[in-house]
Amino acid sequence: MDLAQMTAVELSAAIREKKVTVREAVEASLDAIAKREESLNCYVTVDREGALQRADEVQKKIDDGTLTGPLAGVPVAVKDNMCTKGMLTTCSSKILGNFVPTFTADAVIRLEEAGAVILGKTNMDEFAMGSTTETSAYGVTRNPWNEGHVPGGSSGGSAAAVAAGECFFALGSDTGGSIRQPASFCGVVGMKPTYGTVSRYGLIAYGSSLDQIGPLCKDVTDCAAILEIIAGHDPKDSTSMKRDDTDFTSALQEDVAGMKIGIPRDYFGEGLDPEVKASVLAAAELLKAKGAVVEEFDLSLVDYAIPAYYTIAAAEASSNLERFDGIKYGYRAEDCEELHKMYKKTRSQGFGAEVKRRIMLGSFVLSSGYYDAYYLKALRVKALIKKAFDDAFSRYDVILGPAAPTTAPELGKSLQDPIQMYLGDIYTISVNLAGLPGITVPCGVDSKGLPIGVQLIGDCFREKKLLRMAYTYEKARGPFGLDKEGR
Amino acid sequence: MAREYETVIGLEVHVELATRTKIFCGCSTAFGGEPNTHTCPVCTGMPGSLPVLNKKVLEYAVAVGLAANCKITRYCKFDRKNYFYPDNPQNYQISQLYLPICRDGYVEITTESGTKKVGIHEIHMEEDAGKLIHDEWEDCTLVDYNRSGVPLIEIVSEPDMRNADEVIAYLEKLRLMIQYLGASDCKLQEGSMRADVNLSVREVGAKEFGTRTEMKNLNSFRAIARAIEGERERQIDLLEAGEAVVQETRRWDDGKGVSYTMRSKEDAQDYRYFPDPDLTPVHVSDEWLEQIRAAQPEFREEKMERYRREFDIPDYDIEIITGAKRMADLFEETVALGTEPKKVSNWLMGETMRLMKETETDAADLCFSPEHLAKLISLVDAKAITNTVAKEVFEVMFAKDIDPESYVEEKGLKTVNDEGELRSTVERVIAENPQSVSDYLGGKEKAIGFLVGQTMKAMKGKADPGSVNALLKELLSKLQA
Repeated sequence: MDLAQMTAVELSAAIREKKVTVREAVEASLDAIAKREESLNCYVTVDREGALQRADEVQKKIDDGTLTGPLAGVPVAVKDNMCTKGMLTTCSSKILGNFVPTFTADAVIRLEEAGAVILGKTNMDEFAMGSTTETSAYGVTRNPWNEGHVPGGSSGGSAAAVAAGECFFALGSDTGGSIRQPASFCGVVGMKPTYGTVSRYGLIAYGSSLDQIGPLCKDVTDCAAILEIIAGHDPKDSTSMKRDDTDFTSALQEDVAGMKIGIPRDYFGEGLDPEVKASVLAAAELLKAKGAVVEEFDLSLVDYAIPAYYTIAAAEASSNLERFDGIKYGYRAEDCEELHKMYKKTRSQGFGAEVKRRIMLGSFVLSSGYYDAYYLKALRVKALIKKAFDDAFSRYDVILGPAAPTTAPELGKSLQDPIQMYLGDIYTISVNLAGLPGITVPCGVDSKGLPIGVQLIGDCFREKKLLRMAYTYEKARGPFGLDKEGR
Repeated sequence: MAREYETVIGLEVHVELATRTKIFCGCSTAFGGEPNTHTCPVCTGMPGSLPVLNKKVLEYAVAVGLAANCKITRYCKFDRKNYFYPDNPQNYQISQLYLPICRDGYVEITTESGTKKVGIHEIHMEEDAGKLIHDEWEDCTLVDYNRSGVPLIEIVSEPDMRNADEVIAYLEKLRLMIQYLGASDCKLQEGSMRADVNLSVREVGAKEFGTRTEMKNLNSFRAIARAIEGERERQIDLLEAGEAVVQETRRWDDGKGVSYTMRSKEDAQDYRYFPDPDLTPVHVSDEWLEQIRAAQPEFREEKMERYRREFDIPDYDIEIITGAKRMADLFEETVALGTEPKKVSNWLMGETMRLMKETETDAADLCFSPEHLAKLISLVDAKAITNTVAKEVFEVMFAKDIDPESYVEEKGLKTVNDEGELRSTVERVIAENPQSVSDYLGGKEKAIGFLVGQTMKAMKGKADPGSVNALLKELLSKLQA
């Protein structure tokens, strides 16, 4: 039996049927890690012993019938910005290089309770700021499809680990596309749920009003199963929603007859790579063939999304990251004479360039005299963007477009021009600004052999529509994956 | 001709709310735990932790706002005030700037010069910071986050006060109002009520306000009054010397009676306030607002009015008793047990006040129960104990709320009604004090007081002074004859 070919749901079924043990599953992931990690660098921390020990505990609970769910015994990787009690949690930053949390993030607790086995913590852009996983203080992660390219970001470690078989699924977080874009670059499924669906308790905040945890996985079935487990109201997170429609696996139906798909013309204009464009439009055609109604429309305000996003996210980040000051935990600079010098030196040494850039940007837009002109204006744009989507969703069930303008860039290219890198987020950030759910499903490869993803966007709380359409598309498309592509 | 100046004062008052748990987490607000024992990831600013509003804080803030005739903001938000300091674990304080919970209110104050309204600009909710402890021996600074996240309201007045008397009257008014609501014990010394004084001076008749300063570190009403006087004089001296008042924050040193610059407006920080994205906006519903309104207690003025109607006690007593919520509660509850109001009032006005002063006890900390006070009074009424013994017993009750009945029993303090024992004691006192006896017989009637005292002492206070007096007179008159 080739474990590497299995999805999370298939694996847990095989474990329940006693065809595979949890230990064998964990060992399969650890073997893949041993084989590829040196070059890929998907993980900041691999907890080999902990995972094996946990495998045996979970096996017992599966054997005695305590654990019966679809993730029981499945090895998972967790993005390194989610707190894990007793396990290093760095946000891929030097400033948290020695930080071991005293509690575990709510989403991770839900996974543990479902019997998933945590392998370790995945690499990311420092504090989730970046689109390439190159801003990590612990080295770049490479794209398993082509190691000369980035995996995308900021959840690049999670996406690459899933694509390379270094885990069966992973958790990522998405503030401006950080799940959907790396999913697209690494040829895996990635989903950002509606804001408030998954608790943010224990997620180290970047942009609090935009951050959402979501799955990165091998297919849409896994995606629904994972989301069903991690979603749920959490009284510890004031922005967490009470929903009674989180039975997401019930939406896995091969049926899009009569569903309306809107294709925003603005998403297919200048700057979009022709190969990506062709591949994404082919996905729309396939759905049309399955009975969906496809229509082009104008989604307004697309040009304003990037400045609004970088204003709001940076403003929140500048405040969220203030707590990293060398006083209570994490890195502290040596040889400091006085309090404010210690703050400055610690933060200058502890944060990388991109984080500093966003802290400065955020501090500027919140400073007195600029607040109205930048921050408040950005909030107004955010409200207008939400309105534009409301309008679109009065006519369409799902909006379809690319997840990124190009396939994965070469290593080292993106950070030379940060503005260009920010512009690469054009198709994903509006979804965060409007709090909508979005899913990326692989839809092809370009001439360089790099994967392309199609992004489906739904109205708030309409994950089921997205999952149904994504599932239907996936079935119509046929098998996809690094191994399936014969590499 | 010397110019005349008017003082213009506005107050920022911080009040610690009496919730059991903190404003954004479930940690205890109890005072005085071991350092960092009343803490959790939220109030120590651990990465990944999130705040959740304690609804009781909102309820208290609304209740205070209603009592201060404020408009209640039905859709209010929390904002982050960003500044770096180790007592503030997140390096931002969650407070309210843009949409505070209460606005545009007033309270009425009465001073010797009459009654006036002091405007309330706003009341907002916020979290307290931790405490820094400088260990000079080890040359290091330690942080205790037990106070971090304790709920506060800040009550910002309009610049409507003109002298220290009005300021004290305003603070007393707020303190009583809030104590009556049960929203805080409002102790200045312990810091559960803190006032910062904004003060400026201007020539009488001037239309514009002068440049103001803000005075901090005022720990008592006395310090506030002294600081106001000191700052008024300092500013007038500057103006008279042709210099300008600098807008700044100053720190009052009550020991030395002077203030020092803490920071000037130039180095004022930019707090970069913005709405806290971790907290959802708070909506105060009609229904809830009405519930809070309906639950407003009887405030001091109404209570005084009712006491005048219902109880036959002097106005002075009413004023003192209603001057502290705990006092008024004790009074009413003891009277409700069937004790005569005047007698209750006498115990509160007399022994209670005396011991409070002696032991520097705040009325809020009075520990004896109304049941025990009622019992004590009935013991005296029944002549089971003498007044002297009653005072003795009360002193113990005041310290640790003992049951006076069983205490009297245990310690054998009951009045001796044995005629024979009393008679023999009086006879002995007469025999042992010939000088006083002859003084009395010689016409100095006051000398009997000494003999009564000696008898009481010999009886260890357990005799009824009236009976002693009568018996002495009887036996002395026999000597005369």
